[in-house]
Amino acid sequence: MSDANLTDGPITTADGTSLKKSLRLALRRQKIRALLLIAPLFLFILLTFIAPIFDMLVRSVENQSVPETIPRTIDALEAWEAGAGAPPDEQVFEAFYTDFALAVGYKTHTKLGARLNYESSGLSSLFRSTGRKVGKFDTDAYADAFVEADPAFEDPAAWATWMADATIRQALPLTADTYDAWATMLMDTKGKLAAETEIPDFVTTALYRDLANGSRPADMPDVNVSGWEPVSLAGQFAGANKGWADPQVWAIIKTYGSSYTPGYFLNAADLQLTPEGISQRPENQRIYVRLFIRTIVLSVVITGTCILLGYPVAYLLANLPLRSANVLMILVLLPFWTSLLVRTSAWKVLLQNQGVINDVLVWIGIVADDNRLELINNATGTIIAMTHILLPFMILPLFSVMKTISPSYVRAAKSMGANDWTAFWRIYFPNSVPGIGAGSILVFILSIGYYITPELVGGTKGVFISNRIAYHISSSLNWGLAAALGTLLLVLVMALYWVYDRIVGIDNVKLGG
Amino acid sequence: MNLTTKLLATTVLTVTAGAAMADDMTIVSWGGAYQGSQLKAYAEPYVANNPDVNVVWDESSNEAVAKLRAMNEAGNVTWDVVDVVAADAMRLCDEGLAIEIDPDTQLAPAPDGTSAADDFGDLLISECFIPQIVYSTTIGYRTDMVGDTPPTDVCALFDTEAYPGKRSLEKRPLNNMEWALVCDGVAADEVYDVLATDEGQDRAFAKLATIKDDVIWWSAGAETPQLLADGEVVMGSTYNGRLFSVIEEQNQPVGMLWDYQVFDLDGWIIPAGLSEERQARALDFIYFATDTQRLADQAKYISYGPARASSAPLVGQHAELGIDMAPHMPTDPANSQTAVLYNFDFWADYRDDLDAKFQAWLAQ
Repeated sequence: MSDANLTDGPITTADGTSLKKSLRLALRRQKIRALLLIAPLFLFILLTFIAPIFDMLVRSVENQSVPETIPRTIDALEAWEAGAGAPPDEQVFEAFYTDFALAVGYKTHTKLGARLNYESSGLSSLFRSTGRKVGKFDTDAYADAFVEADPAFEDPAAWATWMADATIRQALPLTADTYDAWATMLMDTKGKLAAETEIPDFVTTALYRDLANGSRPADMPDVNVSGWEPVSLAGQFAGANKGWADPQVWAIIKTYGSSYTPGYFLNAADLQLTPEGISQRPENQRIYVRLFIRTIVLSVVITGTCILLGYPVAYLLANLPLRSANVLMILVLLPFWTSLLVRTSAWKVLLQNQGVINDVLVWIGIVADDNRLELINNATGTIIAMTHILLPFMILPLFSVMKTISPSYVRAAKSMGANDWTAFWRIYFPNSVPGIGAGSILVFILSIGYYITPELVGGTKGVFISNRIAYHISSSLNWGLAAALGTLLLVLVMALYWVYDRIVGIDNVKLGG
Repeated sequence: MNLTTKLLATTVLTVTAGAAMADDMTIVSWGGAYQGSQLKAYAEPYVANNPDVNVVWDESSNEAVAKLRAMNEAGNVTWDVVDVVAADAMRLCDEGLAIEIDPDTQLAPAPDGTSAADDFGDLLISECFIPQIVYSTTIGYRTDMVGDTPPTDVCALFDTEAYPGKRSLEKRPLNNMEWALVCDGVAADEVYDVLATDEGQDRAFAKLATIKDDVIWWSAGAETPQLLADGEVVMGSTYNGRLFSVIEEQNQPVGMLWDYQVFDLDGWIIPAGLSEERQARALDFIYFATDTQRLADQAKYISYGPARASSAPLVGQHAELGIDMAPHMPTDPANSQTAVLYNFDFWADYRDDLDAKFQAWLAQ
């Protein structure tokens, strides 16, 4: 009975708490301690690695600038069919007039133009040139007519009173919306009050549209606008720049009107988003797929030459007596201690047309003076310089793996009748494969993201995808595309790593020991 | 008690250190001989008058737009005065990243009382931009590699039969597109009209394609002088001041053309988003550094033309070589006889478009 009690009842510790509970408590304490120990590193990685990558991912799909800059136009474009082959109707242009005039006030129209120019070149100049003209549209005729009907329309204070009146606001929805947006813009950009500033044409245009729609609010000077000659805003925009009459332009604005877009990723794969769906970019704009392929091919070649050049050196290092191996090791490591830029610039001196290598070859008589070898500003230059720079990353893992291959294996093979080659190929080489694997991964992944050396010696035919990323970050300022290209590169490296794991097996990689 | 005193002392020290930091003024420029001339002509005399200001130089002008945009997004602008080319200044002004300057109240008038606006004249191409120098991009060639008939006009660039060998051109559409069209038979005054059309752009690219395999593309101004000195290229484009230094200061076998030199401007902007105190000091520096005498002084150290009309007569001799600088200025009448091309408005509008096309064309 008492035995049964012991096994059935909860087991307790000396102080009476249940064992389960106190074990859990102890375990939790341990977990917290472990967490606290890794917390500094974890936070560091989170802040400097995970967060930037996440930010990059977000940037590659973010497109807020379009709907935020021209929200009314995007709404009005809902009803327009891009496939019809005609520019949108007057209503869209009216909305666009308001949006555009406000954007010019905020100076965001150039940013929007630059953003849309990434999708179709020509839009940046369209937005910029129109930005200078939008204040000079013929819509001042409305303002003149209103003032002629009643001088109160010239008075900003009167406007402020009307726009504070709820019934007027309800009767004149467009005017109220436009006026509010303008007042906010004035306050934000110049710190001025709307009640003290001359009413701009696009606000009076909104008033005209409301009144033309049949609103006749009380408490305001009564104006009959039915007889006025309407100013065609489509015509005004087309007059400022004939690009606005092109349905293609509007199709792009409509296509890229949402807050998030796959556009950057499509662009990074030489595709584009059109109203009809996804299609290939025109022949003369396709460069990224070619660059991705070039990056991979050249990286593979560089990895290959590193193996060819590094293997014998590592073998020698591993099999020489310690004293001479150390001297050789210093020679291998020496380039590591020299600045990357210095090494790359040295290659320029060596490889160029009038450079050391060509001079020597001409002097020996191998190549003619007027037919010197093209060793730089092309893919050859990139391969030579990068092989040299990345070679230590191949030699070191190879060396540390070879060091652990016991000489008795080869001796045993020979004693059983293998010749030198068979002993090497059947016994030594398979043992060194994990070193080749480790070296290849290091060299390949480093070279796929390399930037400075191809930039300096690669000309136009030997540059990598990372050079384009740098170009979009610092010159063209197309950060969205740079982020998309960077994300694709990251995915590519991970995919290759996965393939490598399937074929070679990541357990088969050793850095030594 | 002791601890409190220590804490107080530390706080005071930190505050004074902070105040000392506030007197650092970061000037961003291009490095090299050009920044050297600014140091001698502007910064040293300014610091002599304002000993409490500590000038810090940053050589990031070629990435100024990208960096200012990033600083603006982060809300922490660390630069006080930035030296940029005209096109970048327009872009920064358009994006609201630079403050607007009123030349009549914020810049010094000429010694004879002419207002700054009139003194700078047409060169005030943007509300945010205070011009400093006029420089030009032009062609230099190896005198020993062109035979007995040295090139006399810019179209020698495209004449690979008469002048075989590599050429170096800048890795951007500006200047190259204009020269291509001029050498393809477009009249100088129609170049920008043609370049504004798709057909005209294709025409310029087609002309450039005839020498594409012979071109080494440069992105830093020092590259062409180096390539010329090494004999790597037979001719190439670069800034006139760089050629001056290769020819006159280093005595290399290099000659230069003024034919169809393309003018450009370089000058200051003050970033938006500075504290009031820092902005006031930046404005004070600009007022000093762009007055008539200072601009003329800079020409002693480098062969770029001062942007003020009133500075031109004050341009003297090179500070070390003692040669007259006036004939080496791009603005000298003898040097600007052939139609000179420059159109800032065109490039402000079309730069993004053409850059994208040009970079794609290069990568093909």
